[in-house]
Amino acid sequence: MADTTLQLGIVGGYMVVALAVGVVAYRLTDRTAEDYYLASRTLGTVVLLFTTFATLLSAFTFFGGPNLAYSAGPEWILVMGLMDGIIFAVLWYVLGYKQWLVGKRHGYVTLGEMLGDRFGSTPLRVVVAAVSLFWLFPYVMLQQKGAGQAIVGLTDGAVPFWVGAGGITLFMVLYVALSGMRGVAWTDTLQGLFMLSLVWVAVAWVLSAVGGSGEATGALAATNPDFLGLGGGLYTPQYIVSTAVSIAFGVTMFPQINQRFFAAGSKKVLKRTFALWPVLVVLLFVPAFMLGAWAAGLGVTVPEGGNVIPAILAEYTPTWFAALVIAGAMAAMMSSSDSMLLSGSSYLTRDVYRPLTGRDDATDERTDRREALLARVGVVVFATLSFVASLYTPGTLVQIGDTAFSGFAQLTVPVALALYWQGTTRRGMYAGVVGSQLFYGLHVFPVVAALSGLVGLDVALPATYLGWTPGVVGILVGLLLTVGVSLVTAPAATEDRSAYAVSGIEGD
Amino acid sequence: MSTVRLVGWAVVALVLMALAVPWFLWGDAGTAFGLPVWLWWHVGWMALASVVFAVFARTDWGLGIEEVKPRG
Repeated sequence: MADTTLQLGIVGGYMVVALAVGVVAYRLTDRTAEDYYLASRTLGTVVLLFTTFATLLSAFTFFGGPNLAYSAGPEWILVMGLMDGIIFAVLWYVLGYKQWLVGKRHGYVTLGEMLGDRFGSTPLRVVVAAVSLFWLFPYVMLQQKGAGQAIVGLTDGAVPFWVGAGGITLFMVLYVALSGMRGVAWTDTLQGLFMLSLVWVAVAWVLSAVGGSGEATGALAATNPDFLGLGGGLYTPQYIVSTAVSIAFGVTMFPQINQRFFAAGSKKVLKRTFALWPVLVVLLFVPAFMLGAWAAGLGVTVPEGGNVIPAILAEYTPTWFAALVIAGAMAAMMSSSDSMLLSGSSYLTRDVYRPLTGRDDATDERTDRREALLARVGVVVFATLSFVASLYTPGTLVQIGDTAFSGFAQLTVPVALALYWQGTTRRGMYAGVVGSQLFYGLHVFPVVAALSGLVGLDVALPATYLGWTPGVVGILVGLLLTVGVSLVTAPAATEDRSAYAVSGIEGD
Repeated sequence: MSTVRLVGWAVVALVLMALAVPWFLWGDAGTAFGLPVWLWWHVGWMALASVVFAVFARTDWGLGIEEVKPRG
């Protein structure tokens, strides 16, 4: 019981610190929408680096990823490195820098706004926002569910699920509603640094207890020799490449990441962040996932439905440290969820609510203030809905959340084409965005099998195409549709084909 | 000239992606200094990627993006 109190104390103390940061940020916040969503485009290198990094990390870093390393070997490090460290960094330049320049020039706050303006189409704006919210909402719900379960596990059920998930939701709503992007970015920085240090202390602790990495790896070679060999089992070349590509593409279109492309303070900030990216990825994922793999060799047993990191820490480190790491995992979930709440709210209020109620993009002070209030209401509505959903977690929503990365990945190619190829037309965008979503959606949800079952046929779409996942094939479908339809259609009269031409002088 | 640089950097980016996973060590279970050899390759490669990115940021940042000449 004393342990439970200590653990709850650590988690609780952590949340109070996050809230305090939010309050400080609130005092510096202007009451405008641009400040609320983008911290007035002023984020510096460290804050932008860590807020993006912490936002990318979810429960997967501490739970899912190490569990995979424990059961299938540490090759997931390569997936993360290729995906986060290199492909995402390249997209950071190709999409991120361009979006930053374009956004700064025209004052865009969301992806939908940027596309709607270029293609002179409010419906396109609504479609992009709706597609994003469709994948985002269940993903937020899964994070809340994870946090609730972590609290239940930590306290052996003394704190019920709804209190855990509800408490965390309430804390996030408080500091997100208060302080917006500035507060989120600052707490993310705190959380990112906290997680990074924690993981290294954990590795040092475990390795010093077992006599070094040579010993730990030797033990792994004795029990699971195939884990040390590159590839094998789950890991085929197609699996590694498909996963890395679809997650990297998906990440750039996740609202909370995409919106960070607009929030950088200067060109210099973007350059530095870009170069530091691969190193940061290695620094976090190598230790975190190796811990999971070593646990297999050290004979750590993971309870049914449990996670390997808490199990190995329970074996080699004191209780208070294990509680700190659980707090770190909650930090990872919160730093993703708070950003998703904020971005989800901006898509909801700016790209869905506003066009549907016929409000325009007026920027006078009165509209701005009303907008900032509306944004906060949006955060509360979004968080409450996803919390309620997490109490029931319907199977369909779980499936959408689990497949969200590839769902977002379908948007990347049409957006990249729109940014770089002036020949992209409005109809091409519709075809690419809607077509690839349909293609991917039909593979995620067994619609075809159900319909053919009704007429007595047994038809199902293939699970992979020559080993490549539907997520990756869908990206190609999106490319073909956007290019093909753009080539055979004429641009609409309201399109502004030069909207994305930028000189770079904006950034100086 | 800038087309040559653009293609050159695109090739560099593709090579960085292609060899982040040491495909030539596929199935190799050798270890060194307590970690699999393929993991050391990956760590080294990521450090190299960071340096290459930094060089790009210094020399050719804006390539392919800042297409319009600044007015005035």
